[in-house]
Amino acid sequence: MADDGIGASVRRKEDQRFLTGKGHFTDDISRPGQVYARFVRSPHAHASIGNIDTSAALSAPGVLGVYTGKDLAEDGVGAVPCGWTITQTNGELWNAPPHEVLATEKVRYVGDQVALVVAETLEQARDAAELVSVEYEVLSANVKLDQASNSDTAQLHESVPNNTCFVWGLGDEEATKSAFNRAKHIAKLDLYNNRLVPNAIEPRVALAERDSGDDSCTLYVTSQNPHLARVILSAFVGLVPEHKLRVVSPDVGGGFGSKIFVYTEECAVLWAAKQIDRPIKWTADRSESFLSDAHGRDHLTHVEMAMDDDGKFLGMRVDTTANMGAYLSNFASLIPTYLHGTLMQGLYTTEAIYCEVTAVFTNTTPVDAVRGAGRPEATYLIERIVDESARIMGLDPAEIRRRNFIPSDAFPYQTQVALEYDSGNYGPALDKALSTLDYKNFETRRANSETEGKYRGVGISSYIEACGLAPSQVIGSLGAGIGQFEAAEIRFNATGNVTVFTGSHSHGQGHETTFAQVASERLGVPIEDIDVVHGDSGRIPFGYGTYGSRSLAVGGSAIVKAADKIIEKGRKIAAHLLEASESDIEFTDGNFTVTGTDRSKSIAEIAFAAYVPHNYPLDEVEPGLDESAFYDPPNFTYPFGVHVCEVEVDADTGEVSIERWVAVDDFGNIINPMIVHGQVHGGIAHGVGQALLENAVYDESGQLLSGSFMDYCMPRATDVPSFEIGQTVTPCPHNPLGVKGCGEAGAIAAPPAVINGIVNALSSLGVTHVEMPATPQTVWQTIQNAKT
Amino acid sequence: MYDFAYHRPDNLDDAANILKINPEATVLAGGMTLIPTLKLRLANPSDVVDLSAIDSLNVLSVAGEKVSVGAMTTHSDVSTSKELMETIPGLSRLAKGIGDPHVRHRGTIGGSVANNDPAADYPAAVLALNASVNTISRTINADEFFTGQFATVLEEHEIITSIDFPIPRRSAYEKFSNPASRYAIVGVMVADTEAGVRVAVTGAGPSVFRVAKMEEALSNDFSADAIAGITLSADDLNSDIHASSEYRAHLVSVMAMRAVNSALTQ
Amino acid sequence: MPTVSLTINGKKVVADVEGRTLLVQLLREGQRLTGTHVGCDTSQCGACVVHVNGKAVKSCTMLALQADDSEVETIESIANEGELHPMQAAFKEHHGLQCGFCTPGMVMAAIDMVNRIPNLDEETVRHELEGNFCRCTGYHNIVQAILAGSKAMQS
Repeated sequence: MADDGIGASVRRKEDQRFLTGKGHFTDDISRPGQVYARFVRSPHAHASIGNIDTSAALSAPGVLGVYTGKDLAEDGVGAVPCGWTITQTNGELWNAPPHEVLATEKVRYVGDQVALVVAETLEQARDAAELVSVEYEVLSANVKLDQASNSDTAQLHESVPNNTCFVWGLGDEEATKSAFNRAKHIAKLDLYNNRLVPNAIEPRVALAERDSGDDSCTLYVTSQNPHLARVILSAFVGLVPEHKLRVVSPDVGGGFGSKIFVYTEECAVLWAAKQIDRPIKWTADRSESFLSDAHGRDHLTHVEMAMDDDGKFLGMRVDTTANMGAYLSNFASLIPTYLHGTLMQGLYTTEAIYCEVTAVFTNTTPVDAVRGAGRPEATYLIERIVDESARIMGLDPAEIRRRNFIPSDAFPYQTQVALEYDSGNYGPALDKALSTLDYKNFETRRANSETEGKYRGVGISSYIEACGLAPSQVIGSLGAGIGQFEAAEIRFNATGNVTVFTGSHSHGQGHETTFAQVASERLGVPIEDIDVVHGDSGRIPFGYGTYGSRSLAVGGSAIVKAADKIIEKGRKIAAHLLEASESDIEFTDGNFTVTGTDRSKSIAEIAFAAYVPHNYPLDEVEPGLDESAFYDPPNFTYPFGVHVCEVEVDADTGEVSIERWVAVDDFGNIINPMIVHGQVHGGIAHGVGQALLENAVYDESGQLLSGSFMDYCMPRATDVPSFEIGQTVTPCPHNPLGVKGCGEAGAIAAPPAVINGIVNALSSLGVTHVEMPATPQTVWQTIQNAKT
Repeated sequence: MYDFAYHRPDNLDDAANILKINPEATVLAGGMTLIPTLKLRLANPSDVVDLSAIDSLNVLSVAGEKVSVGAMTTHSDVSTSKELMETIPGLSRLAKGIGDPHVRHRGTIGGSVANNDPAADYPAAVLALNASVNTISRTINADEFFTGQFATVLEEHEIITSIDFPIPRRSAYEKFSNPASRYAIVGVMVADTEAGVRVAVTGAGPSVFRVAKMEEALSNDFSADAIAGITLSADDLNSDIHASSEYRAHLVSVMAMRAVNSALTQ
Repeated sequence: MPTVSLTINGKKVVADVEGRTLLVQLLREGQRLTGTHVGCDTSQCGACVVHVNGKAVKSCTMLALQADDSEVETIESIANEGELHPMQAAFKEHHGLQCGFCTPGMVMAAIDMVNRIPNLDEETVRHELEGNFCRCTGYHNIVQAILAGSKAMQS
């Protein structure tokens, strides 16, 4: 293994600029003549909009324009779409109401935008925004998920009866019913998967600029996928033709899903930049982020597991109500369906499964993907019902998992819920996690904690995820409006160094290093001679960006394909230069060599020859050394793993402290272990945040009570322990790198590990469930209830 | 933020004069509450009078049986003062638990006490330690100072100059932090003072308050066991998404017992 | 318009500001020192931490005029002619950053931490990070980086 090749913990190339304050985040960009935007947002969760008086704002100092939804409608601006059509269980299509860029008739959540003010300075825009007078007729708010689809609940959209977006099912309902009929034991749980605010530390920013010379526009935006944003802005919202729009997402300060989507703010700013012909910048302040970034999760679920006398899983049924919020965000419908229902097999041989999801609208911020997206929800309910099953059977939680794991010789494994798992070997991951934790001596540690007045528990979570989104034709048949390949271009420069252009986007994942490692290993070019370019539709080939742990599996595979093309072309050039037959040229470590001789040309020499083609096989190949590739994966990838934690509960206060965390993940082959570990760490902390701390809470009128960091609890350094990270390696059989994806694993695995640990700690009190987030108050109350 | 005129006088008289001629003016101490409030446009003062250049407000001294802490002394300076650690370690430790290191570098005791946030830490110390609040025009005893939520007996524009803490026999503060904001959900300061044992609770109610029953019990027997059976009624306590009034009532007992134990081990 | 006069990264700066101009606005917009970031509006995330007169403060919670006559150091001044400061180097070596947005505040907080507390241990580092949020790293590698950076700064 080379020091900087595949498998090495190469220190990151991108760090220098971040560490010295020289990163280029969107808000760091200022354009000549730039002015500022501020939105007028609804203070009400649900209201009819009457007259909007903009006259005072228009005459305020520095104001360049004040726009309402009417202005946009008159200009033919379209609605922001949701890109995944759902066919309901009754065969009908879903109810997908439009999401206007600026609300015209009604506002449907606190923070919904009704007007845009543009002024010379930000403070002038803020001053003027306060002068926009909007008449509201306040309507009763629909904020309770369990009552959203009642006929007497306030109705959000005229076209959506009973606020029901869709009722969707997956699996075999009849077979599942029959499994329950013959079951000897049935475990049942009601669970709430709490609502999360994504809270990337960099708030969203949009900076739009029109070039009146050729009537083109550039949008600098905090996006995880600039090309997708460009398509949506041009084709659906109809703002600028695709070829006249450049979308740049430079350094992006964390995404976690929330920056996948095209938001109404960037649509409005782009449109306004065309009206005013000045660059317009909008930067969310954190209070706006809380209201307007798409939230995550928010599922109510009833789950049941049917077992035989040995604790074998015969059937599982799941009934979930998923909150869409007030409008459909770009991929809102995908999350609780094909990223959730399709995971219901878990790691187990459950014989029959049926999952039904009812998606409803409420007067809350739209809900979409947040790190894990559907898979944390699935894993949480599966791993909780597995523990509950173990409890009612009197089995060790590790043992019931072992009894039900899909055996390693059963792959490829067709699940009951559409997916075909390509590979897996679950037992070793569990064994390794338990032995690292010293599981067999846990009871001694529990007893020790008890002497200090603390309840100690151990929590196991074994997870699988479907990553590497995704085979385009498969998702197309399921309702996707987009493809999911990835693009790469490898450009040798004449002097022999290399620029790699990728459609993937890094917002912390370290692609500039990992992708360079892949290219370096394949091409034999030193890593310092390779730069990776991403995030600019004007420079990179059309790609679908980064989410769903897809960058390396799909984007990395595209780089491999492009490298193969480079080598193939290089071989022809080398054969010519070395006066040998192409079949006699072998390529190793960056050199083309005539087999069995010492005659060789370095790839840099080949590149030079390609750009200065004096002695060159022009009849056979074109000049230049620059190859593109697009990679569309044949299947998802299926990372899996086992996370185990030990928690201590302070019964006096209800505080939970995580004492140890052992993760054994199987991501297939690993390019850069340092980066992979970092991804796992971050994911676990995100999952611990969901399990213990984070919760978006609305009051009955639809006001977000946890609307700032004063009330929404972000994980801090004191909330998590040091993590013990291990691996098993089961390579993905269908992509050239054998990789699977690692960015979401921790967030998927962690919540049930924590909750299983707390329930285990309090089991002697008869506690069987604790809702997330298990805040001190919740845990204390649970203990009090158990005691009485 | 709405705009305002900024002043940084270097003496108290000038500060008082600016405040007098500008009725809509406000005083800026460390700014850890005021500046976020201004940023969210929740206040609109015409003038902001920064006290940081008035050197006399930034003095910490031990004289006889009391420690005098200047109003502009930062939480960081209180928490690291050797004199305080030797005389009132409970107060140093309280200061070390306010906010975070960066907030402690700017936030001041005078600002915190004048603001009387129901979840702030310092009011518990002022009340439990039976401190005196010195202002530009008078001295106010702790028992008279705090009058309600964000309310004190301070007149409009009355500047706190220093706070005098009589040195107790022992004292300690235990806080159950709001997991998000790190303000006190419940904070209890227990002090064994010349004036008797005093127990002050912050975070739990609309304003800091004393717990007579605990004080009585601890006067007879300064041990955690002595107050083990004493719980507050939840009726008048705060309730929010983080903690119900019942939970707060329970936490007052837990934190009070922990504070007693902590005082005993100092 | 009032004038503020201060030293930023060793350079004397005189600038016209409004009363309401925040120190971070002066740095980012007035001086184009965009390494200092803004991640919240309630003074909690710590992305904006800089040193004022040698102490770590949140530059989003300080008026520019409050920094009159002060010495301000930002992330841009920490490396020495291209050579990373030991704390920056430790963050790189231990992968203490991912997206890089919280990083300037983290590094400035870490250096301040070492200046105040000579013998850091893991628990102390975690407590001292109370005022700095990171959504990417789960803090594990930041803690490792600060412990290593602390040693390097003292050697």
